[in-house]
Amino acid sequence: MPEPTLFEISKANRRGVRYPEPDVPEADFPQDFLREELPLPEISEHEVIRHFTNISQYNHGVDIGFYPLGSCTMKYNPKVNEDVARLPGFAFIHPLQPPETVQGALGLMYELQEWLGEISGFTDVGLQPAAGAHGELTGVLIIRAYHRDRGDEKRTKMLIPDSAHGTNPATSAMSGMEVVELPSDERGNVDLEALKSECDDTLAGIMITNPNTLGLFDENIVEACRLVHEAGGLVYGDGANMNALLGKCKPAQTGIDVMHFNLHKTFSTPHGGGGPGSGPVGVVPELADFLPSPVVVRTEEGDEDNPPFYDFHTPEKTIGRVKAFHGHFGMFVRAFTYMITLGKEGLRDVAESAVLNANYLRALIKDSYNIPFDRICMHEFVAQGEWEDAPDIRALDVSKRMMDFGFHPPTNYFPLIVHEALMIEPTETETKETLDEVAQVMKRIAKEAREEPEKLKTAPHNTPFGRLDEVKAAKDLVLTTSLPEDYGED
Amino acid sequence: MYTPHTDADREAMLETIGVEAVDDLFQCLPDKELPDLALPEGITEMEALAELQYISSVNETTQELTSFLGAGAYNHYIPSAVDSLLRRGEFYTAYTPYQPEISQGTLQSIFEYQSLIAALTGMDISNASHYDGATAVAEAVNMALNRFRGRRLKFVLSPRLHPQARETVHTYMKGSDVEIVGEDLDPEGDPEELISLIDEDTALVYVQYPDFFGQIYDYTELGEAAHDQGAMFGVHVNPIALGLLKPPSAFDADIVTGEGQPLGVPLSFGGPYLGIFATKKEFVRKMAGRLAGETVDDRGQRGYVLTLNTREQHIRRERATSNICTNQGLIMLASTIFLSLLGKEGLRELAALNYHKAHYAAEQINTIPGYLASPGKTFFNEFVVHCPRPAAEVNEILLQYDILGGYDLSESYPGMENALLMAVTEMIGRSEIEFMLDILAEETNA
Repeated sequence: MPEPTLFEISKANRRGVRYPEPDVPEADFPQDFLREELPLPEISEHEVIRHFTNISQYNHGVDIGFYPLGSCTMKYNPKVNEDVARLPGFAFIHPLQPPETVQGALGLMYELQEWLGEISGFTDVGLQPAAGAHGELTGVLIIRAYHRDRGDEKRTKMLIPDSAHGTNPATSAMSGMEVVELPSDERGNVDLEALKSECDDTLAGIMITNPNTLGLFDENIVEACRLVHEAGGLVYGDGANMNALLGKCKPAQTGIDVMHFNLHKTFSTPHGGGGPGSGPVGVVPELADFLPSPVVVRTEEGDEDNPPFYDFHTPEKTIGRVKAFHGHFGMFVRAFTYMITLGKEGLRDVAESAVLNANYLRALIKDSYNIPFDRICMHEFVAQGEWEDAPDIRALDVSKRMMDFGFHPPTNYFPLIVHEALMIEPTETETKETLDEVAQVMKRIAKEAREEPEKLKTAPHNTPFGRLDEVKAAKDLVLTTSLPEDYGED
Repeated sequence: MYTPHTDADREAMLETIGVEAVDDLFQCLPDKELPDLALPEGITEMEALAELQYISSVNETTQELTSFLGAGAYNHYIPSAVDSLLRRGEFYTAYTPYQPEISQGTLQSIFEYQSLIAALTGMDISNASHYDGATAVAEAVNMALNRFRGRRLKFVLSPRLHPQARETVHTYMKGSDVEIVGEDLDPEGDPEELISLIDEDTALVYVQYPDFFGQIYDYTELGEAAHDQGAMFGVHVNPIALGLLKPPSAFDADIVTGEGQPLGVPLSFGGPYLGIFATKKEFVRKMAGRLAGETVDDRGQRGYVLTLNTREQHIRRERATSNICTNQGLIMLASTIFLSLLGKEGLRELAALNYHKAHYAAEQINTIPGYLASPGKTFFNEFVVHCPRPAAEVNEILLQYDILGGYDLSESYPGMENALLMAVTEMIGRSEIEFMLDILAEETNA
């Protein structure tokens, strides 16, 4: 049963919160500026709680069940992280307070920069970007600024493998770059011959996701980086898939020059129904001066009697700020708590368990689903939701049917280079029992695809909502609702 | 413990995969054995909590200090119901609602948020939010640039548009040939001075309401001047002020952006916040960001989906309107719950309370010799104080008495060394205002 909207449950003169009477004399309002109508709903606190609790029941989340959304790293979100982010010493500090009143916050940001640097091999880290795509924008602008600073203004060509996330080409275009797509070779790596043919003096760089979106570690990464560097370009690393590499491989050592982290993927900060994310950027020493401002520095080392002192610093050739203030601090607190809880061996265990889980599930279902590029994968793999003897069935149908068993589907139709892709990332926090059950269900669905295709075509059956009409939504374009016209008249 | 495998699990799994050891799964890495990270050993939850409690205790909070700091982030009361709902795992452990059948909670809340923002701003439509107010302004600039397909390259920004929003615009526009003007006009001049800068090459004229100095202007004439030249008109707002003030649609704004943090979001040292973005229906296909639309399911039930996805990066790649991938999700939800709780009367009451407190403080500051607070200006909950000495010194003295004085305007406006930007919200009591006044009168006026 759909839940009425806030506007439908509104009743004139109800409210959910009151404020104290003014304890100062009342001032005259500027009459010319007062609004006449404020058509917001009026609801009691209890009704507000019930409304949102009821609609929350229509969501699937990591806390509810398996959520193998490839490339999104839907791992468990530890509860202690939520507690610490809400400590008054973190939640109730203003971004423009004098540094001497926020040494705890600045120290935490400094330590986070250091931890991210050690994990990735980058010497400098800027925390400001708000999300992965925002980190990409930051990184590409840094590459652009680097070339221009050297007077090398003709370098505007950005190479992007055909397996890349859509954000990569969109970011490059937004940064004034010309996008050139690179094919993948038969093992799913960057095609080195194609890369070589693009290496000239207009090359600004390449954007590489490694492990790539097929879940494969690019076997050509070191050579690809070498070729790009030799041609005078720089390498951008999309860190979306860093979960597979913690404690196992430092991207900077493979030749990447600048990379964003997704604190909401790799470092367990919650995805929040679409945000907030956090996309810090790591760079090699040559690019440190271009980081977005500000970064946190330790200006006094401290000794036995005095604590160190931390302050903000504007890098000399900074690309500028990419948002207001210092970044998603609430996410820094969560990610930092996660890191120190795990420590060095815990971080490595994350990568090992994530890769183990992906390979285990791949092994369990590979007789039922076609798996292109069938080799040892990293933290995720791509299967195909199509069978020759089930001509009407598409990946989408498999996905919708998975919901009937309480699972979130994998990522659909991505990467674009695999037909009917199902991109599966179990993450390290899932048990063997869950993976066994998922494999059972997926095999059953593969069988149903041939024997009872209607069951897939009409799925889901056991969810509160069935398939929604996306064509109608785009055609009618109802994007808002409002109070009824006769509101408050009865 | 977040990873669940026992030794027996691991062995069984490796056997199924057909390898002997976990390390066999990593043979593709260039460095077969990375040395241990130079990081500490892990600790227990108990120890981590204690450590973070210690780190947080080093900070001095707006609960311990009396804070007159605003400048784009405001200390407001957050009703308990907001966080109680945000902590539901169904909301915060979900991702972008790609699969609408099992994401109706998130999708309906986006649809309701869009509706509330449209009602509040007086605009036709709102997207599902951007990262913060500053990036929302940058996306507005990007939208205007795309709308005119690069044929209009001039952007007129008011000097009293938030300085960090303007800086963000400059960063976002690094790869374009745009010309940004207006920022170096006299920051204390009239907004009408922007009119002379508007011409047929102008894509967008942008102001703030209340502006960065807290002041309220009638932008009708400025909006007309922009439209006369065929340019778009953008207004950046403080959403709480709209509980009292007429919406920017009254000035015929084409784009309304705002920093949504005052709507139930903790200060949290600057983020995560919320970028409000609303516009006219005719621009819906030019707008970046996620959008939820109403539809029906195959059982005839009303429901919601993400719609107009063809504008977005995962479909259009390098031809997308923006690289934006998600919205502010949970922060957007916080503001939706906050607005539902306050409703029409609550928001009006909150805005009025802020207005009265700020005006009382400003009036009283004007009785202190040497001090002048926004003389003759109409303002909301924030105002400029001209001090008899550098604002930095005044702040230093106030801090000795546990008062965060305000934003030193010379940090963004060279030449305004003696000017302080002070905000007064409902969180500050009369006695705290009077204590601040005493310190100003007795300790800073030497």
